[in-house]
Amino acid sequence: MIATTGTHLSEGGCQIMAAKDYKSGVKPVWCPGCGDYGVLLSLTKTLAELQLSPEQVSVISGIGCSSRIPAYLKTFGFHGVHGRALPLATGLKVSRPDQTVIVASGDGDGFSIGGNHFLHACRRNVNLTYIVMDNQLYGMTKGQASPTSAPDWEKGKLTPGGTGINPFHPLVVGLASGANFIARVSGTDANGAVPILKQAIEHPGFSLVHILSPCITYNRDQLEWKKQVRQAPVEATSDPAQAARRLMTDDNLNLGVLYKGNRKPYQPDLKAQVDSLEVLEEQFAV
Amino acid sequence: MTVPSISITMTGSGGSGVMTAGNLLLEAAGRAGWFGMMTRSAGPQIRGGEAAAMLRLSSEPVLAHQDRYDILLGIDWKNADRFAAEIPLDADSLIVGPGEAPAIFAEAAGQQFQLDLPKIAKSVSGGRPNMVALGVAAAIVGLPEEAVAQVIDKALGRKGADAVSAGMESVRAGMEAAKALPSFNSLAVNTEAETTSQEARWNISGNEACGLGAVRGGVRFVAAYPITPATEVLEWLAPALPKLGGALVQAEDELASVTQIIGGSFGGTPSLTATSGPGLALMMESIGLAVASETPIVVIDVMRGGPSTGIPTKSEQSDLNIALYGLHGDAPHLVLAPLTIGDCVFTTQWSVVLAEKLQTAAIVLSDQALGQTRAIIPRQQDVGMVAEREVPATLDEDYQRYANTESGISPMSIPGQAGGQYCADGLAHTPTGLPSSKADDHHLQMDKRLHKLTNYEFSSHWAEIEGSDDAEVAVLTWGSSYGAASEAVAAMQAEGKKVRLIAMRLLSPAQPEKLADSLQGISKVLVVEQSHSGQFYRYLRAQYDIDAQVRSMAVPGPLAIRPSDVLKTLSEWS
Ligand SMILES: Cc1ncc(C[n+]2csc(CCOP(=O)(O)OP(=O)(O)O)c2C)c(N)n1
Ligand code: SF4
Ligand SMILES: [Mg+2]
Repeated sequence: MIATTGTHLSEGGCQIMAAKDYKSGVKPVWCPGCGDYGVLLSLTKTLAELQLSPEQVSVISGIGCSSRIPAYLKTFGFHGVHGRALPLATGLKVSRPDQTVIVASGDGDGFSIGGNHFLHACRRNVNLTYIVMDNQLYGMTKGQASPTSAPDWEKGKLTPGGTGINPFHPLVVGLASGANFIARVSGTDANGAVPILKQAIEHPGFSLVHILSPCITYNRDQLEWKKQVRQAPVEATSDPAQAARRLMTDDNLNLGVLYKGNRKPYQPDLKAQVDSLEVLEEQFAV
Repeated sequence: MTVPSISITMTGSGGSGVMTAGNLLLEAAGRAGWFGMMTRSAGPQIRGGEAAAMLRLSSEPVLAHQDRYDILLGIDWKNADRFAAEIPLDADSLIVGPGEAPAIFAEAAGQQFQLDLPKIAKSVSGGRPNMVALGVAAAIVGLPEEAVAQVIDKALGRKGADAVSAGMESVRAGMEAAKALPSFNSLAVNTEAETTSQEARWNISGNEACGLGAVRGGVRFVAAYPITPATEVLEWLAPALPKLGGALVQAEDELASVTQIIGGSFGGTPSLTATSGPGLALMMESIGLAVASETPIVVIDVMRGGPSTGIPTKSEQSDLNIALYGLHGDAPHLVLAPLTIGDCVFTTQWSVVLAEKLQTAAIVLSDQALGQTRAIIPRQQDVGMVAEREVPATLDEDYQRYANTESGISPMSIPGQAGGQYCADGLAHTPTGLPSSKADDHHLQMDKRLHKLTNYEFSSHWAEIEGSDDAEVAVLTWGSSYGAASEAVAAMQAEGKKVRLIAMRLLSPAQPEKLADSLQGISKVLVVEQSHSGQFYRYLRAQYDIDAQVRSMAVPGPLAIRPSDVLKTLSEWS
């Protein structure tokens, strides 16, 4: 549809991009020590690994601390409204399949206000990479419970005494809804995250990457995640039934690729079949 | 009134095929060289309940239904009285059908003639009552058998030769039976002169016309969530877009459909969605995002009775307020409205072009009366306007996505353009797009977004202006109310009274100078609209200084405003 000027740099071979070349230089608003810094680093390193030229990549987000990430990248970006990053990215990717489209959310943005879009994005299986920075709370609005908060987390300001309700399990729901690639990484471990993010971007269809990204301001206990996480003890499966059993018993701390499906991505063919509107107008002729 | 025409309604209960008969009658009238329109009305059943096909046929294009019906033709009378308010009859009207018509009709009509269509159908092998009705109606209005034969062939051809011949036999039986009807003088259509008209004619609904206008304007991406009465816009676009190298995606809800088109547009593809009031309400937050991020989108709202779920199958112009004022913050955007079924093509096309040019959101207020009415109209020429977004020709280090230009329009880079990278944002931002809460940055961008609209020259397309240059009375209206108002004004003019009609196609941004010009010499203004609270009237009072007496004629749905309603109000006042 659109003629673009960019080239794939690794093919052009003219210039090698380093991780820092993907940074916009804009100073993040994040609190010192926020897990999202690590995610930003992992993302720039991944893009450098892939040698994608920045204009060939669009990073789309909603609203939240985590959703601020596009402005810190030198790619195209869209910082939209709360909860609607996935449909915005869907519209972009479907009409511009040549772009590499990465979608960034928080647990509130993605699983609460944007929950319905999450289900349907998994189902639709457009070739997107969805990274969700989960800190089990709403950081930007100053520390309320989110769908992934533990039921007995008492510090949520609207839920004194804890939410008392079961947390949402994004990976189980993602699998059941049709996500084609499911992984978890630690936001504070770029070396571990980069190879998995790379696979997620390269895997066709909808890739879901759950990122444990601690909020040091509203839940310092999350600093412990670094010590608690472990490599998933088993290889990624492409059998959804097996993946379902594993994910149902998963304690949120297994890292790695957890499921790799082979469903065909959704992508309409954008080749024009007619070169004039007259063909369409004929149907109205009396 | 001034246009010679005949109005006929066919009614029947579930499964009687009355809509098919109506569609074929309209199509046959088109074949015969006539113009016309058909509105459908149905009971609350999703499928198969009682229904009425209301037609007006004429030798000239018609824009609105008449005040009354010449003929009420019943295949049966089951529950037909539910349509009484929509089918006014008078002493000159004729009722045709089996047995006694419901009292409410019989008492109003001058004549009643019993004709048992189902019984006639039984006398034909494979005969169908609705095809008999088609024959009766064709005979009454004076359509040649050949025109009917052509449409029967087209409609039933794929069901085989037997179906075609049974259909035609039924039609002939109906035509034969109609010979027994009393002669009927109000059939004023001049058949001889007009049937030879060679002018290219279309059979199109307003919703299809919006779809066509969209693709003419360059739309190649659409996201869709179905809702009555807008669905046919989307249903027409679904197979059309892939042919043109575009795509339509069925979204999970309107929150998704509107943001999907923002994504499509961000990628450089002119993008659109269509909905009705409840969907428009859901879309508001993201329409604001399109305005703030200066990402062009077009949202067609095919209005229905509101508020809430309201009356999904009936028209009302009551979404004007939400379209004008529904966005939070100061969010200047475009609001336009097609005036006729044919104008749905142009207004949608123009809206796409404007949204793309001005990098903002355009809301197009069509309505059920335009959208779901099917009409025979002159072919709508392509005016040749196509979306042209300003894209930076060259890009360097200093590129600013939201640069403050003289026109207020900032060249917009497209993903893939090296050096054009920026982060679109709904947060208040600097010219480069960086979030900023500084007063200067906020004011600069707000001024820019306002001025790019207010500085733009919208040309004479802003309104249709008809009637006398030296009139002292004007009718001021918008959108689909134009049809009835235009007939009323023509009727007054025919009586030698001077009246002017101004029908606004562009509602926002307001055009105070243009309106003042068009009201030169006018001392009385009648504001005509289909709403309960006078939304248009109040909007005019807020946005325009009108140097004349102004009176509001605001009539809520679900019944259409009729030409005689406008004429009566006008005559009483002037
Ligand atoms: C429609 C709407 N409702 C509420 C908000 C307020 N809000 C901003 S961010 C946010 C939650 C963000 O949580 P999450 O996505 O987990 O991001 P985090 O800040 O934790 O990274 C909320 C409720 C908003 N911006 N828009
Ligand atoms: S509030 Fe929490 S999530 Fe937000 S920036 Fe600070 S540490 Fe990060
Ligand atoms: Mg969060």
